[in-house]
Amino acid sequence: MPTYTAPLDDMRFVLFELLGADKLAELPGFGDATQDVVEAVLEEAGKFAANELQPINHSGDEEGCHYENGTVTTPKGFKEAYAKFIEGGWTGLPCDPEFGGQGLPKVVNFAVEEMICSANLSFGMYPGLSNGAYNALALHGTSEQKATYLPKLVAGTWSGTMCLTEPHCGTDLGLIKTRAEPDADGSYKITGTKIFISAGEHDLTDNIVHLVLARLPDAPAGIRGISLFVCPKFIPNTSGEAGPRNAVRCGSIEHKMGIKASATCVMNFDGATAWLVGQPNKGMSAMFTMMNAARLAVGMQGLGIAEAAYQGAVMYAKDRLQMRALSGAKFPDKPADPIIVHPDVRRMLLTMRALTEGCRAVSYWVGMELDISRHHPDEKRRQEADDLVALLTPVVKAFLTDHGFHAANLGVQVFGGHGYIREWGMEQLVRDARITQIYEGTNGIQGLDLVGRKLSLGMGRLLRRFFHPVGAYLEAAAEKPEMVEFALPSMKAFAKLQQATAWLAQAGLKNPEEAGAAATDYLRLFALVALAYMWCRMAEIALRKQAGEKAPFYEAKLVCARFFMTRLLPETNTLFATLTSGSQTLMALPAEAF
Amino acid sequence: MKVLVAVKRVVDFNVKVRVKADGTGVETANVKMSMNPFDEIGVEEAVRLKEGGKATEVIAVSLGPTQCQETIRTALAMGADRGIHVQTDVELQPLAVAKLLKAVVDKEQPQLCILGKQAIDDDANQTGQMLAALLSWSQATFASKLVINGDGTANVTREVDGGLETIQAKLPLVMTTDLRLNEPRYASLPNIMKAKKKPIEQLTPEALGVDPAPRLKTLKVVEPPKRKAGVKVKSVAELVDKLRNEAKVI
Ligand SMILES: Cc1cc2nc3c(=O)[nH]c(=O)nc-3n(C[C@H](O)[C@H](O)[C@H](O)COP(=O)(O)OP(=O)(O)OC[C@H]3O[C@@H](n4cnc5c(N)ncnc54)[C@H](O)[C@@H]3O)c2cc1C
Repeated sequence: MPTYTAPLDDMRFVLFELLGADKLAELPGFGDATQDVVEAVLEEAGKFAANELQPINHSGDEEGCHYENGTVTTPKGFKEAYAKFIEGGWTGLPCDPEFGGQGLPKVVNFAVEEMICSANLSFGMYPGLSNGAYNALALHGTSEQKATYLPKLVAGTWSGTMCLTEPHCGTDLGLIKTRAEPDADGSYKITGTKIFISAGEHDLTDNIVHLVLARLPDAPAGIRGISLFVCPKFIPNTSGEAGPRNAVRCGSIEHKMGIKASATCVMNFDGATAWLVGQPNKGMSAMFTMMNAARLAVGMQGLGIAEAAYQGAVMYAKDRLQMRALSGAKFPDKPADPIIVHPDVRRMLLTMRALTEGCRAVSYWVGMELDISRHHPDEKRRQEADDLVALLTPVVKAFLTDHGFHAANLGVQVFGGHGYIREWGMEQLVRDARITQIYEGTNGIQGLDLVGRKLSLGMGRLLRRFFHPVGAYLEAAAEKPEMVEFALPSMKAFAKLQQATAWLAQAGLKNPEEAGAAATDYLRLFALVALAYMWCRMAEIALRKQAGEKAPFYEAKLVCARFFMTRLLPETNTLFATLTSGSQTLMALPAEAF
Repeated sequence: MKVLVAVKRVVDFNVKVRVKADGTGVETANVKMSMNPFDEIGVEEAVRLKEGGKATEVIAVSLGPTQCQETIRTALAMGADRGIHVQTDVELQPLAVAKLLKAVVDKEQPQLCILGKQAIDDDANQTGQMLAALLSWSQATFASKLVINGDGTANVTREVDGGLETIQAKLPLVMTTDLRLNEPRYASLPNIMKAKKKPIEQLTPEALGVDPAPRLKTLKVVEPPKRKAGVKVKSVAELVDKLRNEAKVI
């Protein structure tokens, strides 16, 4: 069974040495978020994840959720862990102090989410969805809706859901059929069926607040006719507590590949009472403002799984004795050498580690910019940060979750046959990771978002927010002899990304299919360049500090940086070649020929 | 009733401790440090007394270098009201700690002083006893249960070799904690944030009129000898024979 220790050293390095997160406390509203407080928060969250959440991860997978007569029971230990979680105030970490939250920076929440997901992805779904509902209501709710729901969601005594998907539509929400009929008292009656609703029904909280996409009677067809509603399981009474039962019920739960302790529910709305959130027919744009946050959060799920897989694999690789090192026995007193001596095992471990640490750097960077986009006093700086977040959100969502799955797979491989056996816990990571590539917009859709929307927004304004600083940094870095080994390959990859972008702009003009054909490869190319940029900056710090007190930490950073540059970054060449080969081969075969 | 809790900064219990190359002590550079687990239990007990209306104020005291303030912050995040840090870079031994704590007690006048039964770094198991002697207070060591009575006494259940022993002690009292006294809580997020705003008073041994200089000299620190591989015995008879004639334990 893998154990988990929060990677606090690396988190501190990324936050405070690489990104300068200590400066966040200077921003209005973040006065409390000083480095010592943030470190104390991470430390305690790490303890909680390791001691309370990780121990019920495997048992939760084995037992799963149970459905009986409309009620859902979570696996043993989940209720107790959730009670401790909300008692600790963790649900309120990034929330507005006006509603009882702690108002800490999002990037701190990113780190905490990473830890929760490393320890127990299924558990993380419940507070994760609540946070999505919180964001939607905080951004679009009326002051009365906020006063009714936000304090409960912040305290975690009520949880939230996002009800988008229906049996016939997931990606294409324009097809939504669920109806909302206005009532005389200003409320609405919702009728329809939603499927795949995470945390739709469970036994952890007193009430469940559903945020539902539905169609008003006079709504235009398609995506412009969708409105957002809030529909509680129990209708709040005048004292603000859970009152009468509403006509929304769980019809069944799915039997699925992974995250088995997270209830995935069919939700039937039979004239359930609900209230409009935001403007009529503007539900999709309301949903999108919070969906970006949710996509980043799913990215953190990928990162969390990758870290957990790496830790499990390292432990095993040091312990498992098998064959001798090719260069001669390294542990002659043992019957065989531990498998960590073998180059191929190291290839797997270093691939996991270099990508995981790179992903951590990129995603926390985006998290910091998210905080700057909301709190910086200078409007121009806020806009720049907002642009960068918008640009990199699909990159973080898709690349980190692809990496999470890939890393989990490598974790199984390092374990050999034992990786395939349930009780070791490594195959669970593969199964749990798999969904993160699908929900909150499949990774294919993330590619389309990047290529189709983000590149063209503001005539490439978003892109410049990334290209300009990265280009300037790499050029300056290449001037420093000790940085050449990192800056040069990064510049080459960056040049490929620029070429690919230009190619895409041209080819896409002639044939819209080209963008769709290139999207996934382009996103991956983009991500690798973002990681290269971060690895250069991390290497620069490590070079400066490698002679100091924490030499082993910085030496390892440099080794990982070199591994990334020489063994992982070259993938950009392949990606460039495949994506610029165009859509021709993809589209040639008629559908009947498949 | 004021409660004073002593909290020591020690190498974290998860760290695999290594002896320094020159044999002068154990490696503490770049090693994760935490609050002594027995002291965490002490803080928890004090905070519970406050929550139960038995204590009015909980004061966490730590002695040592600047970083001890982090340990005090941890206690504050668990619910202690304020901290006292006696700053010194001198190596502190149990007697010096007991004298320093006595000086703090004289200043603060608590009715109950809670210490861990030992610290997991030097395992001395002396400080609480010395402090009680210096103060001429009652002492109750290895506590696994504490009940404060209304009449100025406390019932303390102690873990002793033969089992459990319950004694009644007069307040003021020095109590040292054992593992089963309670299970320390996680610091809640709001309390972690509040801890930062709670006061920590800075004192020095000089200001308290105590000379903390060590009285004992460590000659050498060495790793324990490696355990030799075991042997498999073929039968019960062989086992008994080995226990009797080789190990000479039966
Ligand atoms: C465990 C679990 C939990 C979930 N939780 C929630 C939840 O809480 N709330 C909620 O509302 N939903 C939830 N979902 C639903 C999830 O978000 C959808 O499954 C997802 O958005 C994909 O939709 P779909 O399944 O209908 O697939 P489809 O949309 O049918 O897609 C099938 C395939 O076609 C591709 N595709 C579709 N359109 C395009 C296009 N235009 N261009 C290129 N490729 C395309 C997709 O990428 C995918 O590979 C959950 C699903 C699961 C399995």
